Amino acid sequence: MAGIKIAGVSKVYAGGVKAVNSVSIDIADGEFIVLVGPSGCGKSTLLRMVAGLEAISDGEVSIGGRVVNRMEPAERDIAMVFQNYALYPHMTVYQNLAYGLKNRGTPKAEIDARVAEAARMLEITQYLERKPRALSGGQRQRVAMGRAIVRKPAAFLFDEPLSNLDAKLRVSMRGEIKRLQRRLGTTSIYVTHDQLEAMTLADRLVVLNGGRIEQIGSPLEVYHAPASTFVASFIGSPAMNLVSGELHGNRLAIGPAVIELGAEAPASGPVTVGIRAEDLHPAREGEAVLPFAVDYVEELGAQRLVHGQVGDQMLTVALSPEIAIGEQLSLAIDPARLHFFAVDGGKRIGKGSVPAGVAAPVVQPV
Amino acid sequence: MVENRPFLTFLTHAFLILGFAVVALPVYVAIIASTHDIATLMSGPVPLWPGSHLIENYSMILTSASAANGLPNYSHMALNSLIMAVVITIGKISISILSAFAIVYFRFPFRQLAFWIIFVTLMLPVEVRIMPTYKIVADLGMLNSWAGLTIPLIASATATFLFRQFFMTIPDEMLEAARVDGAGPMKFFRDILLPLSRTNIGALCVILFIYGWVQYLWPLLVTTDPGYYTLMMGMKRMVTVQDGVIQWQLVMAGSVLAMLPPILIVIFMQRLFIRGLTETEK
Amino acid sequence: MDTKKTTFDSRLLPYLLLAPQLFITLVFFIWPAAQAVKSSFEREDPFGLSTTFVGLLHYQRLFEDPNYIDALIRTAVFAVSVTALSMVLGLAFAAAVDRLTRTGRVYTTLLVWPYAVAPVVAGVLWWFLFNSTTGLMPFLLQKAGIRWDHDLNGTQAMILIIIAAAWKQVSYNFLFFLAGLQSVPQSLMEAAAIDGSGPVKRFFTISLPLLSPTTFFLFIINVNYTMFDTFPIVDATTVGGPAQATTTLVYKVYQDGYLGLNLGSSSAQSVLLMMIVMVLTFVQFRYVERRVQY
Repeated sequence: MAGIKIAGVSKVYAGGVKAVNSVSIDIADGEFIVLVGPSGCGKSTLLRMVAGLEAISDGEVSIGGRVVNRMEPAERDIAMVFQNYALYPHMTVYQNLAYGLKNRGTPKAEIDARVAEAARMLEITQYLERKPRALSGGQRQRVAMGRAIVRKPAAFLFDEPLSNLDAKLRVSMRGEIKRLQRRLGTTSIYVTHDQLEAMTLADRLVVLNGGRIEQIGSPLEVYHAPASTFVASFIGSPAMNLVSGELHGNRLAIGPAVIELGAEAPASGPVTVGIRAEDLHPAREGEAVLPFAVDYVEELGAQRLVHGQVGDQMLTVALSPEIAIGEQLSLAIDPARLHFFAVDGGKRIGKGSVPAGVAAPVVQPV
Repeated sequence: MVENRPFLTFLTHAFLILGFAVVALPVYVAIIASTHDIATLMSGPVPLWPGSHLIENYSMILTSASAANGLPNYSHMALNSLIMAVVITIGKISISILSAFAIVYFRFPFRQLAFWIIFVTLMLPVEVRIMPTYKIVADLGMLNSWAGLTIPLIASATATFLFRQFFMTIPDEMLEAARVDGAGPMKFFRDILLPLSRTNIGALCVILFIYGWVQYLWPLLVTTDPGYYTLMMGMKRMVTVQDGVIQWQLVMAGSVLAMLPPILIVIFMQRLFIRGLTETEK
Repeated sequence: MDTKKTTFDSRLLPYLLLAPQLFITLVFFIWPAAQAVKSSFEREDPFGLSTTFVGLLHYQRLFEDPNYIDALIRTAVFAVSVTALSMVLGLAFAAAVDRLTRTGRVYTTLLVWPYAVAPVVAGVLWWFLFNSTTGLMPFLLQKAGIRWDHDLNGTQAMILIIIAAAWKQVSYNFLFFLAGLQSVPQSLMEAAAIDGSGPVKRFFTISLPLLSPTTFFLFIINVNYTMFDTFPIVDATTVGGPAQATTTLVYKVYQDGYLGLNLGSSSAQSVLLMMIVMVLTFVQFRYVERRVQY
């Protein structure tokens, strides 16, 4: 068991393209870290540098206190689960699981025991003698997990392991990965471009953009206090509304509407205002009103997403289906739930926090 | 078939049967001729039905016949052909798969150059460099030796390209998984690459065995010692009789025997054969 | 040229892996080829003691030698005849087999084996079939009023080697055409049938145009085959005769160099042949690139 320290790591490709730019992350022992970002943000490159599949241009990676920059992947005491599983097609499931152990000279009896244990944990015992091509996608995924588990490594590295599965299987495998990781307590780094997967799996999220870290934090911190407009629009579905407004003293103007903030605003002048769709509600008596012209409605069952405009700015609102919707709505928002970002650069203005009324995360049984 | 046209289907069958008859004619005639004695053959055109000298002719050719023309025993030549074909097959596959492995899975200075050097062999068949190649083999003292007969033939651009093409289709993650699993280059080659290449190796075996078996010009150039004669050279010697008549019944028996191994391989390993043929020419 | 995203780091190993192939290639291919180029510009004295640089003399002589020009034209005729004959037959067989769903495999087996027959054996078989005393064909031809004797008649000798060479190559063309035909989408055929075109019309208006890449590829391969791989057929049957009537370019290199020991001229001929192969290989690979793209 070991923590991972990534210190000032960069990747520069021939031709000067900087895929990863001076990234530092401290990962505690047993922590589940998810690297998330759009394609090309450098998340896979970073993971592959930790794995030793990609040379580190600058900075240092240490696993369990050992600097591993110059070590072969096999010497780093890590195991990796690949997007396309990368199972050896000519070997049986058993042989796939045993291969890494055999290469390390593990005694036969211990290999048998470890493979049996991993197979039981993943419920693939009855497939041990099959070749990978005789398995379904979900079963292959389990075998790939098994190959990582049997090694009992210091860390698991996951490179978009679920993106080849269909939506339903993805959800159940997601749960299973989380459960296994809790049970084994193995430090994990997980790469995905799917923000929902990132939110549900992570102890801490690392949001990457253009090779740099935008934000590191727990899923709720990142959701409720995004550090930049990039994070705000990337995490959460529907994406956070970003509209332009103007702060003046303790008042905010968005198009025709003016909202009293109840306290002095953290800045003055034009800002980008972030509003979560679910934070808007029909205005009650005495609340500041955002006049909202409805364009169209998406029915999701439990809620409905109403798209429309405030002034000339697009906005999406999540409303309970019980609320009747006409052509015009009067919306209101708790000023504490507004997010402000600098117009220039998109950085967050003012400290954010997980708002009162959001319960602490459910403690997972270990 | 898109629609059913019985008459056209009938014509198709008729055409193919006729085609097969024409294609098979020379072989049929050879088999027939190998069952007659020389007197019957010299007295006019070949009969269309088998004669009664089959066992006599074949036992003659397999035991003693060829000695008359200063040739070694037929089965000795057959053994030489077999050795040559097998050595060339194994040699070509071994050095090609190693070259392809180096070119695909390593990055090193002069990699491009190595690739082009191998490519150039495609443009230099033995036939266009007869004299200088003969000379170098002679200078190296490799005339009349197994080394001289086989080694110069085992460079292979086509086999190298086939393996390279195949390796490129293996997902990169296979190598990465193996590295994480602690496999070094040669372990990866032996445990992963070699087993995955099985079908391609099989297909190449079929094609290259035929290639080695039918070699003619090269053995002709580098061997003068009858001890190294192959069947193909024996065929030529049997039909170039200075005086007297060609023993056609024996020549035909010899031809039938010389054709048999590669034809059987093609028929019984048809799928590998077709795969080998169509893959290597890409 | 591409490698894998990740590669092994090893300085020495790749060179070791390549060593056998490169060694053989350099010693037995490139060095001799370079020697051929060198000696094509030189003349050796009769005792082989000294050589003098003579420039393009050997090439000039070749192109002034009617024998060489004849061999050049003859080789072209030979190559085009064998290619045309074996490709037309190969295509016809492939089109027929492609029509048959159930029995196709049987016919395929019946038609592919000649590929495995050694050229020298193919030559001997046809030579025997056309042999003027014992052969079946002269006997039949005589009934049609044709006197066949390829030992005396040069044209007949040429026809003989064309038939022998084409016979061996039909199966190769057949297999490639069949593969080409089978990759024509069935839906295209069905669409054409609905548009009212019959099987024969479909073959000429849809299958054949779609086969044009295969056809071009086979054309190059067949010309290459006829020029270089038919040496054993000639050597085992006509030995280039009668009166040089079947002396192809390759056979002439062999005669002048290996048998006649005329090093300078034979080297110049080798160099010219190399240039022909280079052009053929270049064209073939240019085309392969295109094929890979779609």
